[in-house]
Amino acid sequence: MAEPPLIVFEKVWKTYGSGVTEVNALAGIDLSIRRGEFVAIMGPSGSGKSTAMNIVGCLDTPTSGRYDFMGADAGRLDRNRRALLRNLYIGFVFQGYNLLPRTTAAENVELPLIYRGVAAHERRELAMKALAEVGLDGREHHTPAELSGGQQQRVAIARAIVTRPTLLVADEPTGNLDTARSHEIMDLLTRLNEEHGLTIVMVTHEADIATYAGRTIAFRDGHVASDTIKLEAA
Amino acid sequence: MLWETIRLALRSVRRNALRSFLTLLGIVIGVAAVIAMLTIGSGTTEKVKSDISRLGSNLLVVRAGRPPVPGSAPQPAIRPLGEKEVGALVTHLEGARAVSPASQKQVRVIFGTESLTVAVTGTDNAYLEARDWKVVSGRPFTDSEVRGGVNACLIGETVRQQFFGAGDPDGARIRVGRMSCKVVGLLEPKGYSGFGQDQDNVLLMPLAAYQRRIAGNRDIETIYVAADDATPTSVVQTRMEDILRDSRRVTADREDDFSVRDMTQIADAMASATTTMTGMLGAVAGVSLLVGGIGIMNIMLVSVTERTREIGIRLAIGAHEKHILVQFLVEATVLSLLGGLIGIALGLGIAGATSMALSIPFAPSLAVVLLAVGFSALIGMVFGFFPALRGARLDPIEALRHE
Repeated sequence: MAEPPLIVFEKVWKTYGSGVTEVNALAGIDLSIRRGEFVAIMGPSGSGKSTAMNIVGCLDTPTSGRYDFMGADAGRLDRNRRALLRNLYIGFVFQGYNLLPRTTAAENVELPLIYRGVAAHERRELAMKALAEVGLDGREHHTPAELSGGQQQRVAIARAIVTRPTLLVADEPTGNLDTARSHEIMDLLTRLNEEHGLTIVMVTHEADIATYAGRTIAFRDGHVASDTIKLEAA
Repeated sequence: MLWETIRLALRSVRRNALRSFLTLLGIVIGVAAVIAMLTIGSGTTEKVKSDISRLGSNLLVVRAGRPPVPGSAPQPAIRPLGEKEVGALVTHLEGARAVSPASQKQVRVIFGTESLTVAVTGTDNAYLEARDWKVVSGRPFTDSEVRGGVNACLIGETVRQQFFGAGDPDGARIRVGRMSCKVVGLLEPKGYSGFGQDQDNVLLMPLAAYQRRIAGNRDIETIYVAADDATPTSVVQTRMEDILRDSRRVTADREDDFSVRDMTQIADAMASATTTMTGMLGAVAGVSLLVGGIGIMNIMLVSVTERTREIGIRLAIGAHEKHILVQFLVEATVLSLLGGLIGIALGLGIAGATSMALSIPFAPSLAVVLLAVGFSALIGMVFGFFPALRGARLDPIEALRHE
């Protein structure tokens, strides 16, 4: 393996509270994810999967242990440096879409580019391209309220990929969608993973959604319970 | 990037139009009050100055008796001024443009069926010179009228309006007290003084006629002296005091039994008093600006709380703390600046209307306007900073979870 892994967890602990109320959300996790992998993280609520995802997405830091992202010790960076990492290398897709209300699809997609200091016309161009990629051309000027759930999630995906990130973190991306829309979204994510080599880490509790991923990691009580690689993907 | 932020702020202000407006109102009222106070104040100062200079430029006024000093012993009976003092000043005073004796009394004046109480002054033509007063129609007194105390009079605009309306008063005979008097000229209108006194409700007649027919004595109440432009009024005042002491035989060991007042000094003193008053009123108005600022802080805190989720999204996709800080800071500044601009318009409007109503000059000052703009922007920044910082320091995970 010439290239070092994109994501490395080394004895990562995450503890909330103190004393008797102390809870170990993560209890010494070791994990590594390579570039281009599509990983599903599963587990019941309270298993630590969301905490792990927040750390992977550089939104949170471990209480102890080491988290390396792209070879950098991301667990020790301050919040503004982590913001920069997120802006440059990470895209987010959430269960509740988290688009800005009363703001057009194009403007929502442009948002991460604003914080990169990209010029307005170039931003518009990149946003259009990203919206076309998720199959939303012609809807640029619609606000979230004028779009269906599936369409909103596509806007969110366009916003996540408009910066051409290395990693896409998806938190229950199909949680609010019906089965047909869910599979459309998963097809889109799979295509992004296969065609652009986008690394995807997705939290889900639905087994059939997890089957889209090449690798499934199950969490239980802050530990990795199982880590399986799909045979045909291996 | 900044332009982007300003656009974003304007949009957010528009979206919550009513709320923004109510928040603005605090700043609007504060700025309007400050602008109106300062503008009306400086107009009043100008008015006071011009009123006093309209009494006559470089005017010095002599009266009998010392000026009353609060707390001092009652003054001895005053020796009135007379022909002798006037003569001494006319003969010996250097640096004077005009020296004029005058006595005045409120007298009922009747013409036809109309009557009016008028300030009747007995004087001479030098009075017109000393008080910067012109005769707009007819003529001033002739020398023989003054010398002989002929019943001729000059009337002010108010008197003309009362008795003659649109007609020509020239040559008419009006009744002044118990005497009959022929109108020979009309005085230029001066309007109301800053103290609300109608300066045109006047009638002038030769001093001798006044003394004989109205006052019944030969006293002179006041001597007006106009210094020429080349001589400072303070120098003329000193010379006048010397001449008057000599003329009234006031020995070196006694105090003056007359007063010489320099109207220029009084004008300056009153102007500075008005300025101080203006400053104080402005400061009181400034307090309402502070209250407006607190209103902005309040609404920005609400705004940050309401938009916690938006802040979370922005932080998650890579906004630096300072991006969020600047966003809310700009929004607060835009809000207060907008209030400031409306306040300036409103304040100038109020000042303009008040100036018209009180017939004082409208004196808007660019410095005051710029100060108001700067100050309202500053208020936005100062009071917006704490809420903005609160937004910027939010934890993205918590913020995203916020409903």
